[in-house]
Amino acid sequence: MSMTKPIATTRSATGIPTGKLAVWWVIGSEIVIFGGLLASYIMHRIGHPEWAEYASHTNTWFGGANTFVLLTSSLFAVLAHYAAEHGDGKKAAKWLLATCAGGATFASIKAVEWSIEISHGYTITANGFWSFYYTAAGIHALHVIAGCIIMLIIARQAWKGEELHRVELIGIYWHFVDIVWIFLFPLLYIAK
Amino acid sequence: MLQGIYDFIKGIFEPFGEYLIASNVPVASSFADDIDALIALITVFVGFWAILAYAAFFFLIFRFRDRGDGSRAQYVTGEEKNLKRWITYPHAAIIVCDLVIVFMAIMVWYNIKQRLPEADSTVRIISQQWAWNFVHPGPDNELDTDDDITTFNELHVEVGKTYHYELLSKDVLHDFSVPVFRLKQDAIPGRVMKGWFEPTQAGEWDIQCAEMCGIGHGIMGARIVVETPEEHAAWMSQGNTGKLASR
Amino acid sequence: MAEAGTAVETHGAHGAHDHGHHEQSFLSKYIFSTDHKIIGLQYMFTGIVMALIGGYMSYAFRMQLAFPGESVPGYGVVSQGEYNSLVTNHGTIMIFWVAMPVLIAAFGNFLIPLMIGADDMVFPRINRLSYQIFLISAIILIASFFVPGGGFGGAWTAYPPLSANAEYNLTPLGSTLWLVAVALEFVAFLLGGINFITTLMNSRAPGMKMHDIPMVLWMIVIASVLFMASVGPLIAGAVMLFMDQVVGTGYFDPNRGGDPILWQHLFWFFGHPEVYVVLLPAMGIVADIITTFSRKKLFNYKLILYTAFATGIISFFVWAHHQFVAGIDPRMANVFTITTLIISIPIAEMLFLYIATLYGGRIRLATPMLWALSFIAEFLIGGITGIFLGASGSDIYFHDTYFVLAHFHYTFFPIAIIGFFAGITYWFPKMFGRMLNERLGKIHFWGTIISFNFIFIPLFVLGTAGQHRRIYNFQNFPDLAGLQDLRVLATTALLVMLAFQAVFLFNFVVSMFKGKPAGKNPWQSNTLEWTADSPPPHGNWPEGLPNCYRGPYEYSVPGREEDYWPQDVPPDTAPAE
Repeated sequence: MSMTKPIATTRSATGIPTGKLAVWWVIGSEIVIFGGLLASYIMHRIGHPEWAEYASHTNTWFGGANTFVLLTSSLFAVLAHYAAEHGDGKKAAKWLLATCAGGATFASIKAVEWSIEISHGYTITANGFWSFYYTAAGIHALHVIAGCIIMLIIARQAWKGEELHRVELIGIYWHFVDIVWIFLFPLLYIAK
Repeated sequence: MLQGIYDFIKGIFEPFGEYLIASNVPVASSFADDIDALIALITVFVGFWAILAYAAFFFLIFRFRDRGDGSRAQYVTGEEKNLKRWITYPHAAIIVCDLVIVFMAIMVWYNIKQRLPEADSTVRIISQQWAWNFVHPGPDNELDTDDDITTFNELHVEVGKTYHYELLSKDVLHDFSVPVFRLKQDAIPGRVMKGWFEPTQAGEWDIQCAEMCGIGHGIMGARIVVETPEEHAAWMSQGNTGKLASR
Repeated sequence: MAEAGTAVETHGAHGAHDHGHHEQSFLSKYIFSTDHKIIGLQYMFTGIVMALIGGYMSYAFRMQLAFPGESVPGYGVVSQGEYNSLVTNHGTIMIFWVAMPVLIAAFGNFLIPLMIGADDMVFPRINRLSYQIFLISAIILIASFFVPGGGFGGAWTAYPPLSANAEYNLTPLGSTLWLVAVALEFVAFLLGGINFITTLMNSRAPGMKMHDIPMVLWMIVIASVLFMASVGPLIAGAVMLFMDQVVGTGYFDPNRGGDPILWQHLFWFFGHPEVYVVLLPAMGIVADIITTFSRKKLFNYKLILYTAFATGIISFFVWAHHQFVAGIDPRMANVFTITTLIISIPIAEMLFLYIATLYGGRIRLATPMLWALSFIAEFLIGGITGIFLGASGSDIYFHDTYFVLAHFHYTFFPIAIIGFFAGITYWFPKMFGRMLNERLGKIHFWGTIISFNFIFIPLFVLGTAGQHRRIYNFQNFPDLAGLQDLRVLATTALLVMLAFQAVFLFNFVVSMFKGKPAGKNPWQSNTLEWTADSPPPHGNWPEGLPNCYRGPYEYSVPGREEDYWPQDVPPDTAPAE
């Protein structure tokens, strides 16, 4: 069932496009969710000095590689936006696909990393540190995957030259997902 | 000096506090009347403002009701200085009332929850799904010795003595609540909660569990037995005979 | 024809945009609609159904309290475990599946585009999705009552370790379904919030400045922002609780290094702003009604807006007053006493400003006005009794007693129930094109309000006598057993109040089909929704969206012939009505 956009969608009394307001709202709510989770983690970590020993078993190389992958994919998202700004839907779509590939790489590295950790007995129920580790990184990974899916949909539309403004919007979301990881990386991998 | 101000204000509201609460729930601890006086003070302050607000409310509805005579309402923005005063002056007065309430509340709270006066004796309260165990130090007045007396659902204390309590839980959150003491404290598994009370009247009253703790939350009542020194000594001399309370 | 369905059916008036299909099936018109009005009504009807379920639960547990151990007609004997489930789910349903959907999602969805002169919300399909998720959450919650073990009974606050561990709560499936339902409801409202804020900010009629926005819309949007900013930590907590329940982690298990108090902080950090999330829209509804029915501007619109913002901001700093005796550092209690007493100031000021709005008015006591005024009168009691609980010293005595219960019913009942009745009696004509019956409305009003007070004043007395909460039978407590008369009185009053709701339901259903045709603006109000047809068609103003020339409360302007001046009338022209 196709539908034409309401006039309401096209108005902008604030000067900010409605799509952008919406994305910022979503990011705002996500900041509070991740903020709550990470604040809880930090409180626990401060109160449990023994967690430093547990944390020493995370693999900084895997974490570092994933950080590099995400940052690079964010760069691709910026390039996609640049292309969209210049009206080149096909190029934007290609860069979005590259970004997605980055997300897929991230998820794959994580899958390998977790398999190794689980096989060593570091499971989600092993202790409080590992519970937070899998929960926080897991929810983040879900956001990466969800972002990838939405990105693919927008890439398909961009390829056809439609809704090019959405390339920037999914880019903003992707940068946010990246920033969450920038917080997770030191908390889970570096603080030992 | 703060204590002097506190005592002065408390003295004003104490009789009303007695009327409000103590007439139904006896005052049986040294700080119960502090709480009653605080409740009375708040009642007077908020009651005053409520009566004023209701008076204005009903007066304005009556006075400015539509009489069906075609007359018009006034065009009032609410920014007129002479009208805004009706809001800003009460606003300031309420802040003053709040300051008094905050002061009195903090004094009462500090006395009950932040201070731990020297104890004549210590009791251990163990809550669980769904009953209370009370460990009393025996005649040697020391817990964790052979002459300790453990009872089930019945706490025995002596009037006039200052007690510390150690509150524990074996499973979920519970709450040790004694209305006649005006005392409440949540019990948290994995922690020992410490507090104090001084019974001031002999008698027997309810102990409640005041935190949802599962299906048996409603059958987790116990009794506190405040005894005169003679009664208490007599009770203690029975020792831990295994004779459990009737609850 | 005056059903909501005509909103999308009028063929002749399709000028503004053509959907490429004229005949919409029943499914796409009513069930899968993206029209904000239909979605609003979907939320409202779902909320009404859930209110009946929640009310039924209160009937069952109050009957048990008044006549312990006896079989409750229409329910059976209430067991200990069932009692806990009933009170738990009564609270949960009333807050999350009645107050929020009715006040925010129903009125918000219906009114925002209409009151700002837009043709729909900015993202209609996200809007539809939010309702669908909401409906699923309601179904999951109801399902939780019928699984083995029964519904969750650990109180709406769900403190662990009780809520985390099936060995303690004995309702393994019910606990998890309850948690999933609540989490999904949060997601639904986060999605809904996207539309509220973007539409209000961006889609206003040309000429509608920030201070021309009706107060009810400001309140709904501030509430949405409050919700969004506060619910995150609880969603995180819900994930942790879910993991404890299902996966076996020990986030809240003290035996495994976890902390039960962490949940309490996460819960109440949301829980306290949440009460303002529901309060502000109700106050907004009251504002729009008292202005219309006293023919006056709001007394100092800007100041009311500032108090709303102040309340919202301060609400983030008071949460631990729910935890005074919970084992937090006793020194922190003093901080939260101070902040809690501080927040009472802007709220009191808001109430005073509303009362001041009556000054110099020409007050018509139609049914919506009766409800709006009673909101002020009843909420005042709720507000002042909060002081006893916000002051740490007195809270030691009142914590977890019926005093708390009576306090929050004197706040929540005005918010959710009186707020709903105020809004529905006021906007029913616009929603359905017909008038509700005034006499039945007044009978329903007086019957409800009088009996409401007879339910909860006895509960204040019981709380002051030390009666504690969530207890299925007070005959087990010698010091409390003798107060049974008060319990019977409260229950009897509840039965009376529930009976009077039949008057409303009858009025509501019959008037929808047989009520007097309403016309566009039966109340002679200024705001833009009253310039559309009743009910408005799809797209709201097929002839063209309105412009805005003035504020929403220009009543009784000196020198004008009419005592109202609708927002869409160009200057220096006589009003079109």
